[in-house]
Amino acid sequence: MSERVAVRKTYKLFIGGKFPRSESGRSYLVQDANVSLASRKDARDAVVAARAAVKGWAGATAYNRGQILYRVAEMLEGRREQFVALGVPADEVDAAIDRWVWYAGWSDKLTQVYGGANPVAGPYFNLSAPEPTGVVAVVAPEAPALLGLVSVIAPAIVTGNTVVVAASPTAPLAAVTLAEVLATSDLPGGVVNILTGRLPETVPTLAAHMDVNAIDLTGVTDASLAADLEVKAAQNLKRVLRPAPADHDWTADPGITRMTTLLETKTVWHPKGV
Amino acid sequence: MFEYAPAPESRSVVDIKPSYGLFVDGKFVDPTDGGSFKSINPASEEVLAEVAEAGAQDVDRAVRAARQAYERVWGPMPGRDRAKYLFRIARIIQERSRELAVLESLDNGKPIKESRDVDLPLVAAHFFYYAGWADKLEHAGFGANPRPLGVAAQVIPWNFPLLMLAWKIAPALAAGNTVVLKPAETTPLTALLFAEICQQADLPAGVVNIVTGAGDTGRALVEHAGVDKVAFTGSTEVGRAIARSVAGTRKKLTLELGGKAANIVFDDAPIDQAVEGIVNGIFFNQGHVCCAGSRLLIQENVADRVLESLKRRMAQLRVGDPLDKNTDIGAINSAAQLERIRELSDAGSAEGAERWSPPCELPERGFWFAPTIFTGVTQAHRIAREEIFGPVLSVLTFRTPAEAVEKANNTPYGLSAGIWTDKGSRILWMADRLRAGVVWANTFNKFDPTSPFGGYKESGYGREGGRHGLEGYLNV
Amino acid sequence: MTATATSARSDLSELGRSETALRTFLHGLPGVDQVGAEQRAAQLGTRSIKTTAKAQAIDLAIRMVDLTTLEGADTPGKVRALAAKALRPDPADPSCPHVGAVCVYPAMVPYVAEVLRGSGVHLASVATAFPSGQAPLEIKLADTRAAVEAGADEIDMVINRGAFLAGRYSEVYDEIVATKSACGDAHLKVILETGELATYDNVRRASWLAMLAGGDFIKTSTGKVPVAATLPVTLVMLEAVRDFRAATGRQVGVKPAGGIKTTKDAIKYLVMVNETVGADWLDPDWFRFGASSLLNDLLMQRTKLTTGTYSGPDYFTLD
Repeated sequence: MSERVAVRKTYKLFIGGKFPRSESGRSYLVQDANVSLASRKDARDAVVAARAAVKGWAGATAYNRGQILYRVAEMLEGRREQFVALGVPADEVDAAIDRWVWYAGWSDKLTQVYGGANPVAGPYFNLSAPEPTGVVAVVAPEAPALLGLVSVIAPAIVTGNTVVVAASPTAPLAAVTLAEVLATSDLPGGVVNILTGRLPETVPTLAAHMDVNAIDLTGVTDASLAADLEVKAAQNLKRVLRPAPADHDWTADPGITRMTTLLETKTVWHPKGV
Repeated sequence: MFEYAPAPESRSVVDIKPSYGLFVDGKFVDPTDGGSFKSINPASEEVLAEVAEAGAQDVDRAVRAARQAYERVWGPMPGRDRAKYLFRIARIIQERSRELAVLESLDNGKPIKESRDVDLPLVAAHFFYYAGWADKLEHAGFGANPRPLGVAAQVIPWNFPLLMLAWKIAPALAAGNTVVLKPAETTPLTALLFAEICQQADLPAGVVNIVTGAGDTGRALVEHAGVDKVAFTGSTEVGRAIARSVAGTRKKLTLELGGKAANIVFDDAPIDQAVEGIVNGIFFNQGHVCCAGSRLLIQENVADRVLESLKRRMAQLRVGDPLDKNTDIGAINSAAQLERIRELSDAGSAEGAERWSPPCELPERGFWFAPTIFTGVTQAHRIAREEIFGPVLSVLTFRTPAEAVEKANNTPYGLSAGIWTDKGSRILWMADRLRAGVVWANTFNKFDPTSPFGGYKESGYGREGGRHGLEGYLNV
Repeated sequence: MTATATSARSDLSELGRSETALRTFLHGLPGVDQVGAEQRAAQLGTRSIKTTAKAQAIDLAIRMVDLTTLEGADTPGKVRALAAKALRPDPADPSCPHVGAVCVYPAMVPYVAEVLRGSGVHLASVATAFPSGQAPLEIKLADTRAAVEAGADEIDMVINRGAFLAGRYSEVYDEIVATKSACGDAHLKVILETGELATYDNVRRASWLAMLAGGDFIKTSTGKVPVAATLPVTLVMLEAVRDFRAATGRQVGVKPAGGIKTTKDAIKYLVMVNETVGADWLDPDWFRFGASSLLNDLLMQRTKLTTGTYSGPDYFTLD
């Protein structure tokens, strides 16, 4: 008997809950695999999918979103070895799982921490509450491939945003594999969309896209590209998270700024009378 | 008929100097590389004063003064002492409120009853509110040891000159920053009187610097490499340019920009109060309000009735001398703004909307525009999409709550919205779906220092007011 | 008049025939937001009425006063003196107009009638078991007829608040209709006692109920409960008479009563009338102040305007 021939995986994009190849039909060789090389058109398709998912995801209860993020942690826990096999250190996988759990818990707490009643000087009920901004373009950090990725996706989606993520160009396999986790975690299609390929090809499209509400430049290491993307983002006044410093410690407590930058505070007034 | 006799507020309460310098490092100084410009009374076109125009060097001098004050005095000062200076400023504003209100109406054209009853009380309240935060920042929810940013560059508009100054300066100072503020070129005078108040309060030199001038001065200020924070209130167009100019820098940015708010009236609304809310929504401050309810969406089955009431109410509006205590609508702030209002209104007529104004005699001199409504407006009309920033209301109709939401959100702006209905659950359903930073239900154009204000989408980002207003001035 | 207005008119006249129709109609009126109504009233109160406008307003206000005494201790002597004052409020100044009416209890009507006869000053009598209205209907109607027979040409009746608050609108309606009929030619003012109605929604409904039943005036208060006339209550009532005229073509007057003591207060009310219902109501036939001490303050302010000197209470009669 001859040795069994393994079935290899095709690493594709993740758009609208599906795994399409790049519409351009291109791929690039990285981490010993042919990975889809997303085009500008793929980026636009991903934005459409992300926009379509906003209503349902932002409209879901915070409890429900928390359950689903926790489900992601559960699924990831079950696939630890798969990530280790891709070269992700075991402790990074653990940290990534724990980060999903941490953010899952935020879903129904941030509104209380970041919003509240305002004691206005008049007979009014006045309440401020954060709401998701909408579609967020995210440039994931080059490394750590998994923990960095989770640390930018989770804070964006836990509050009800949907994301189009440009994965690390040099270590995309963790991103595509995470997509498989997400696809099996009850996360509605389109909430997370993942593009693999070259940042200068997809990210400027996202930065300039008028139906994107915010952009997270965390993974942009080229200062002039970052500045250029911020200029593009100004066209429709996207909320901007600027690039992370090179020495950023991804294992530290993330704080809430990542979440709050991608939120809008809505304040509602109503008279109190009989 | 019951004719109200003229009831002018005395302008002798304010002493306007013939000319003003820049306020830098605690002193009024002449510009080194700038010129000067005149600030006029838009109700009479009379020149009120000659004001220094700061050039790039002047801006640099102001930023350096602010930096020095930040590093040597204001930054190291305990919060409780910063608080006391802010409380002191709040008190002086209350004590001199008549003077400030009259000056504001003279320079801006807004009715004295608004500067007296709305602007000035809110200005003092704002300083009081943020004064109390200065020694409690560690409790504000931004970490155990929130740090100021440094020097804040602040550029404010002409519609609420002193109130916008308060919205900018009070939180910045409370958080421990120092500021360089540029008031609008058509309304610099109350900011300069505020500079005198800083002197009267013995505020350390350089903590507040006021550089007067137009667009070039503002550009020099926000682009200055020595500032850590830029806060701007004004048009979306300029806000976009500022967002581009700070790209790639460390400067933290707050933008409070334009709006095209929908004011939505359902058939079960308290109609008389809704009509007041519509009037207040669009005619308050001549419609020079970024959050003005400039698109009226009326449920079609009550549209005729609401419009009839609205027209009857509009006929009661008194347009004229801003210093007359009975004036409801004052002067348009500038010839340029009047031109823009005329241009967009003419476009409304040309595009087929029906224009109506109550009979209304406008003064000969100065800049005036009668309160105006357009009916038969559709979403495609320019007057339904572009911010007019004047006393001009576009009226549209809707049939269902979902259609109201869809039309209300169908704009690149997202600053504010209004809902009028007696049904509580509908208010909350609507409020959830409206993409706007402030939603007024059964009221409109209400402001309070404790209440965060700011927009979604192209209406800007960041919030001013409340605990949220501190965030833009802290390193979080 | 348009066809729609005509049909609306006939529809409204049918309402009183059915409790259900009346309830449906009254509960279908637009709500009143308390905060918004009070703010509007407060804003109108900031109008600055000076010089010529003030002089005009003071004379108008004097002509609108229902000079009132409604005390257990009222005597023929007291009410005669009051009536004399109504005719010549300022004996020192013949240019001072007379007041709108004198308002007394039914038993005092004959004494007042003697003084006022032929003067143009109206004679108002409270009736219908004022102020509580808690008496059998026959007694209330007899009270009304007696006052009219004794010479009253205006009747200030109270509505049955208990029935109104319990939702028995037909009962209230029928009482007003019956009282109106007992009035004959006398004008009927319907006192809503707004302080007991508690909400502006109720004030609006009671206003419409009173107008639908035929009231010629709607009046805020008896002056016998802690909360009497206020600016916002009067605003809601003015809006009601405005809308009622638009719907039916019939104009109804408004009378705030109780608690209006100063010229400043009175002018605020006149500003409110001016800017809510307009000049048509700026007339003693359509707007009255139920007051007593107000008159002397109006007279003092009037003297101040004519002489330039502030006067004092010693210079005006106490009646």
